[in-house]
Amino acid sequence: MEKKKKGVSVFDVILTIGLGIICITCVLPFIHLLAVSFSSSSAVAAGRVGFWPVEFTAASYEYVITGGRFLHAMGISIERVILGTLLNIVLMVLTAYPLAKEDLPFRGILSGFFVLTMLIGGGMIPTYLLVSGLGLKDTIWALILPGALPVYNMIILMNFIRGLPHELEEAAWIDGASPFRTLWSVIFPLLGPSLATVGLFSMVGHWNDWFAGMIYMSDPMNYPLQTYLQTLLVDFEKLLQSDTTGNIQDILSKMNARTGRAAQLFLGALPIMMVYPFLQRYFTKGLTLGSVKG
Amino acid sequence: MNKKKKGIASYWQYYLMLIPGVIVTFIFSYIPLYGVIIAFEKYNVGLGFSSPWVGMENFRYLFSQPTFTRTITNTLFISVWKLALGVVVPVTIAILLNEMRSEKLKRFYQTLIYIPNFLSWIIMAGVLMDILASTGAINVILMKLGFHSVDFLGNAKIFPWTMIISDVWKGFGYGTIVYLAALTGIDPALYESAMLDGATRWQQIKNVTIPLLMPTIILMTVLSLGSVLNAGFDQIYNLYSPAVWETGDVIDTYVYRLGIQQAQYSVGAAVGLFKSLVSAILVVVSYRLADKLAGYRIL
Repeated sequence: MEKKKKGVSVFDVILTIGLGIICITCVLPFIHLLAVSFSSSSAVAAGRVGFWPVEFTAASYEYVITGGRFLHAMGISIERVILGTLLNIVLMVLTAYPLAKEDLPFRGILSGFFVLTMLIGGGMIPTYLLVSGLGLKDTIWALILPGALPVYNMIILMNFIRGLPHELEEAAWIDGASPFRTLWSVIFPLLGPSLATVGLFSMVGHWNDWFAGMIYMSDPMNYPLQTYLQTLLVDFEKLLQSDTTGNIQDILSKMNARTGRAAQLFLGALPIMMVYPFLQRYFTKGLTLGSVKG
Repeated sequence: MNKKKKGIASYWQYYLMLIPGVIVTFIFSYIPLYGVIIAFEKYNVGLGFSSPWVGMENFRYLFSQPTFTRTITNTLFISVWKLALGVVVPVTIAILLNEMRSEKLKRFYQTLIYIPNFLSWIIMAGVLMDILASTGAINVILMKLGFHSVDFLGNAKIFPWTMIISDVWKGFGYGTIVYLAALTGIDPALYESAMLDGATRWQQIKNVTIPLLMPTIILMTVLSLGSVLNAGFDQIYNLYSPAVWETGDVIDTYVYRLGIQQAQYSVGAAVGLFKSLVSAILVVVSYRLADKLAGYRIL
């Protein structure tokens, strides 16, 4: 910023500290959660835990690893993220490329067919009845197929493709390349940043979704991670009391529902924190790409 | 564009590419759209979407239920406050961030405030339940300061505000992105001439920054109108309890309990259709407004 150059004033000090406090509140609860997850149950119950573990113990994490349910649900989530994101990307690219062609006959009607679904939908109940009717309940496809083509992100991609120089495509045509060949060898490699943006949005969306898991999975063993975590919010206490596997009693003496829940919530957020640097790099672009006018 | 007149047949490969997307969209968006017909039927599992016709019966039943009509007022109260604060708070924070001298510190602050937006409401609900509990961190602090403890999630008077404030807290950082982008587009010469005229920092904000930010503010407000009936299912469902239904039960949570938990598919679909129609009208109106007021077009 080159606009203001004068010395540091009282205003600047108040601004920096005030904003600092506001911004810190965005992460403090998570630091507290992390501290709780590594503290002993007695310290947590006594309200002695702030932002640093008290009477450090990893018992809650031991429980998570030996319990098995968490890791099983995480496996389902990973499967969903990989399959779901790949399917999203394939369908978005295949749909965005033809729709970006200004001279495609019936382009307007075809775009309208997709855009209309952003305006009006059948809602929760008919979608639920359809997915159940197709026999997709308790399969991974119930989590993936209904949202296989995210229309808004497809439009972001379409606008990006329209902004690419036409000369590249024309050169490919002169060389006799078919539209599929052009898409694969010329357009696809140029999609880099925009594909990263919509791809990351897809990944985060699949990872964070819990609702589809709750309504489409009748067997809790089929729950993806966020749905499993949702059940912990409701009755983790009961689950802990009924657990009798192996040396669990030894672990349970050092943890309670609060520390165990904190550990699992923290682990559930960890993958997002790991891709966060990439997210931060791309989502600003995504937001501005979305508003590009045709 | 060079206009080469080609027959429609030469485009067959492009249409081939569109087929998977069209099929998926047809099945999972258009069939449910047809499925709202059950809102006018008495749904029967064996007969599916062609169950016996009952006309407006489900709607008449719904609007005679006080438990349904209160969800409309609850939804409007919560979502209007969320939308209003969801504009005011990000704009304020963006302007303040823009006033910071240290670019490094500014970027660090931005890194912190974007984080909550990417975490699921399950994680957030877990965190909120922990820190807002009667023995949680917030009440421990309140009591140390000599206040009474507050039942943030169980008191029907307070619950909607807990939802509004925690939603703004989760989303405000992400909301600043658009405004910060608009702020970087402001010509520095404007600030220089304001300073030559002896304008203070506050006067610069009031007379240069805010007026130039206005088109973006109007655009974002108008575009958010379409979601006025979404009070935030993910958040409310995971934090509410029967004790706060009076003020905290919203349209979406009502549809879920009635339609899926109690399997009253037709009535649930009727609520969904009502909400979908109102939202669609709002979206069309708001995009028209956005086009008129700010020259914004999505396509």
